Amino acid sequence: MIRRTRLLAVSAVLAVGALVMAGCGGGGSSGGGSNQGVTGRGPITYVAGKDNNNINRPTINKWNAAHPDQKVTFKEQSDQADQQHDDLVQHFQAKDANYDVVSVDVIWTAEFAAKGWLQPLKDSFAADTSKFLPATVKTATYNNTLYALPYASDGGLLFYRKDLVKTPPKTWDEMMGMCSIAKKNNMDCYAGQFAKYEGLTVNAAEAINTAGGKIVGDDGKTPEVNSPEATKGLGRLADAYKSGNIPKQAITYQEEQGRQSFEAGKLLFLRNWPYVFSLATTDASSKVKDKFGIAPLPGDSGPGASSLGGHDAAISAFSAHKATAIDFLKFWTSEETGRYFATQGSLAPVLSSLYDDPTLIKKLPYLPTLKTSITNAVPRPVTPFYPAVTKAVEDNAYAAMKGDKPVQQALNDMQNAIKAAAS
Amino acid sequence: MSATPEAGTGEAAPEQTTTPPRRGRPELTAARNRLGLYLITPTIVVLLVVIGYPVFRAVLMSFQNDAGLDPQTGLFVSGGFAGFKNYTHWLLQRCGGVSCPPGTLGSQFWPAMSATIFFTVASVVIEVVLGMWMALVMSRAFKGRGLLRASVLVPWSIPTAVTAKLWFFIFAFAGIANSLLHTKILWTGSQWPARFAVVVADVWKTTPFIALLILAGLQIIPEEVYEAAKVDGATKWQRFTRITLPLVRPALLVAVLFRTLDVLRIFDLPYILTGGSNGTTTLSILVVNQIRQGFNSAAALSTITFVFIFLVAFVFVKVLGANVVKTQQSQQKGAR
Amino acid sequence: MASTTTVEPGRAGVGAQTAAYTRRRRGIPWSSVRSYVGIVAIVLFCLAPFYWMIVTAFRDVGYTFDNTPWPTHVTLDNFRTVFDTSLGNHFGRALVNSVIIGVCTTILAVMFGVFAAYALARLDFRGKFVVLGIVLGASMFPGVALLTPLFQLFTNIGWFGTYQALIIPDISFALPLTVYVLTAFFSEMPWELEQAALVDGATPGQAFRKVILPLAAPGLFTTAILAFIAAWNEFLLASQLSSDKTQPVTVAIASFTGSQPHQEPYTAIMAAGTIVTIPLVILVLILQRRIVAGLTAGGVKG
Repeated sequence: MIRRTRLLAVSAVLAVGALVMAGCGGGGSSGGGSNQGVTGRGPITYVAGKDNNNINRPTINKWNAAHPDQKVTFKEQSDQADQQHDDLVQHFQAKDANYDVVSVDVIWTAEFAAKGWLQPLKDSFAADTSKFLPATVKTATYNNTLYALPYASDGGLLFYRKDLVKTPPKTWDEMMGMCSIAKKNNMDCYAGQFAKYEGLTVNAAEAINTAGGKIVGDDGKTPEVNSPEATKGLGRLADAYKSGNIPKQAITYQEEQGRQSFEAGKLLFLRNWPYVFSLATTDASSKVKDKFGIAPLPGDSGPGASSLGGHDAAISAFSAHKATAIDFLKFWTSEETGRYFATQGSLAPVLSSLYDDPTLIKKLPYLPTLKTSITNAVPRPVTPFYPAVTKAVEDNAYAAMKGDKPVQQALNDMQNAIKAAAS
Repeated sequence: MSATPEAGTGEAAPEQTTTPPRRGRPELTAARNRLGLYLITPTIVVLLVVIGYPVFRAVLMSFQNDAGLDPQTGLFVSGGFAGFKNYTHWLLQRCGGVSCPPGTLGSQFWPAMSATIFFTVASVVIEVVLGMWMALVMSRAFKGRGLLRASVLVPWSIPTAVTAKLWFFIFAFAGIANSLLHTKILWTGSQWPARFAVVVADVWKTTPFIALLILAGLQIIPEEVYEAAKVDGATKWQRFTRITLPLVRPALLVAVLFRTLDVLRIFDLPYILTGGSNGTTTLSILVVNQIRQGFNSAAALSTITFVFIFLVAFVFVKVLGANVVKTQQSQQKGAR
Repeated sequence: MASTTTVEPGRAGVGAQTAAYTRRRRGIPWSSVRSYVGIVAIVLFCLAPFYWMIVTAFRDVGYTFDNTPWPTHVTLDNFRTVFDTSLGNHFGRALVNSVIIGVCTTILAVMFGVFAAYALARLDFRGKFVVLGIVLGASMFPGVALLTPLFQLFTNIGWFGTYQALIIPDISFALPLTVYVLTAFFSEMPWELEQAALVDGATPGQAFRKVILPLAAPGLFTTAILAFIAAWNEFLLASQLSSDKTQPVTVAIASFTGSQPHQEPYTAIMAAGTIVTIPLVILVLILQRRIVAGLTAGGVKG
């Protein structure tokens, strides 16, 4: 037994010793050098989150049929945004050359660009952005350089019960005035996403931007949230929560909980993403199937400023086949692909022309409203410190809404927190 | 540990020792020493690689600054040596030159510490009481005990992510908890309901773990010890406190120690259940959030957590004698 | 009062007769009633949320938020969704992966644990407390902070997407508890047992294998079950280190998606959770006798 154990122990030590030495070798190069990348052509991998509607694979197959020696492999991540982000970060930090083209949520582009992980799209990688909606291009730009191309967008919409409210409200005050209708019908008046997560930043940013405020300045670092406009905007949410126009349970709402309440007929106005449209129409348990309409978010003078959602596609700085990657990127953001994504996957297009296409409008009736929403959208802060900025906004907006601290102090703290984060 | 029952029976089992008797031949002792070292090598090696290496790296990185933004290029550049700055950031709430404002992760350090301690104490105490009771019931002989044991393990065997989602929807405002209790509690919307929800979910999930370990420990107790005590007229409660508890103590202490170490590092359950809001952010959640903002600061926080947990374990071992080898050796000395 | 599964016939007769006599004398057997109430309470506590999980798993996805406590809108669609491979999910393969990883982790962790526990409980060598300290210390570092270093380590040596990249960390998570529990068990075994075997001519190794190990069976099988379940439930590392081909069920479940972005496929997740629990329940049903195989098989009595 001693001999066997000794053998086992020695081989274990040797094996693990090799492991440790390899690990201590650090994150060295694990793929082609970047000088090869400029003209490199060959197979690439496209990395994106879960393909809800099976649109990625058919599109990739189309490319593969036309480019047999530059085949694209689809690497599918999980459905959760946080995990997608962390997965990308892990692979970028390890300088992995296996990720060539990546799909990034619009709020990550600046962060990844500042860390030097994305290939700037200029010079030999330049791309024409004139056909895209300007707001979407802004999300892909950092430090005056284009780092990605948008391929899917998203904007907030106001869902309302058209059997109870003849015309949708155009301003916030008008909407609050209509809350008497909700009370009469034993319903809650208005809800958005107010749990302490990214959705709260979306909603708070909408409130602040609609009132004319800003969270950070154009440099992406300097906080400008401590302004009278922002106080007015955030104050609207806090006051509505206090008065009960926003129901108490909305403080726990993410997208699904609001949708549930609306579909059960318990909510008069819902701020949510376009996905609710098809589910509220087709869900077996939906009580509002023909009874709801969509409108742009209420604003001060004109439509409200929706937060911009969506995804961009970018080229990894460590890719070995960047020439193929840029061609694929242009294919991915072409009009044909955009149309397919819209009809098959209900993804809001990024090309302005598609919004006026009658066949698309027939398929997605909310398209014109969505165009208004996105045209008036304000991106969330385009800053490389986005995780810290969104945390500052979330924490303080949550406290302000619940009434734990006055709105003015919440904005003060938000300002200080963003300043501390960017230092 | 000698199995001499305290309820004075006439004749106890003959004194049993658990340390090897002294041998007079030095070559044999040396051989045993070598054998001992070989036998623990696989364990030590695996642990050093998987855990020792990251700990070492974390400590090294905690003395470097997070990457800062170069104003000209707009790109992140390496931060350079930081000294203890990352540690004062957490422990003393220094964010740059000011005290960390609300909304930064630094300001959440002490609340996270208190939340973690609360979860640990509440969960472990409840789980030990419930687990002991479940173990006692499970060790009885009756029809269908196999099914009972299998059903006790069901909560522990469901993956944590699924459990957390299940409880998330049970505790949703429009979920079944409010529906069955006819209440309108905002479970995830205010501090004490949220903490309660996390504790309930955690207790449901891990009581089987403790019950199973206590059950294994109960098996060591010989039957005659109870018989003799019964003959002597000991009540059920006396049998429990004078026989069961002391004899199951090693297994119980190991279970409690490991459970405590686990809860101090809890992450999945509060993260999915409440997102860490309303006073349920634990130290591990803070680490994950910090990793997204700056890895070096996160390394410092991990090291602080590590030291904190080490101190807790140290107190445990010293005060409660959870160290199994030491326990039986010192009892051995006492018996001699 | 703890009673064990195997009892010598004579003793059982006397005990049973006494108990029966006492019962008859006193009328209602309160202790039995208390026992059964306790058993029912435990089963309810453990299975009620699980029951809700099953009810939801069988519920039509359009009625996800229905709160009716009994099954309504029953359908098998969710289970079909779980096993649907048209969108690239491969739940069946994920199940197999989980089993492979779990079994390997369990065998190796218990093996290493037995070696270490024997050394700690039975042998004298310098640095025993250092070893115990290292083993315990491995349970003190927040697991979430292990992700990045391990990811880089395993990627550098080309182990990304392999089974060993998941098995080795799982072993290290299971080892501390395994070593401590087994050490506690071996420490409690009286030395006289091995001495008797040695006197009979066995080598120390044989004495250990044939005498001590069977007596420590409850500890062995308990730690085996716990190690298996821990490997089965591990998610964080698996999500980073596994590829499509090697991902275990926890990662597969996290990849479930609704038909729309932002939609939570809650019923499918509950269905997957139900499926995933079944092999573990079977495993426990098989092993539960071993957990309580007691010492009455002739061990310490007399």
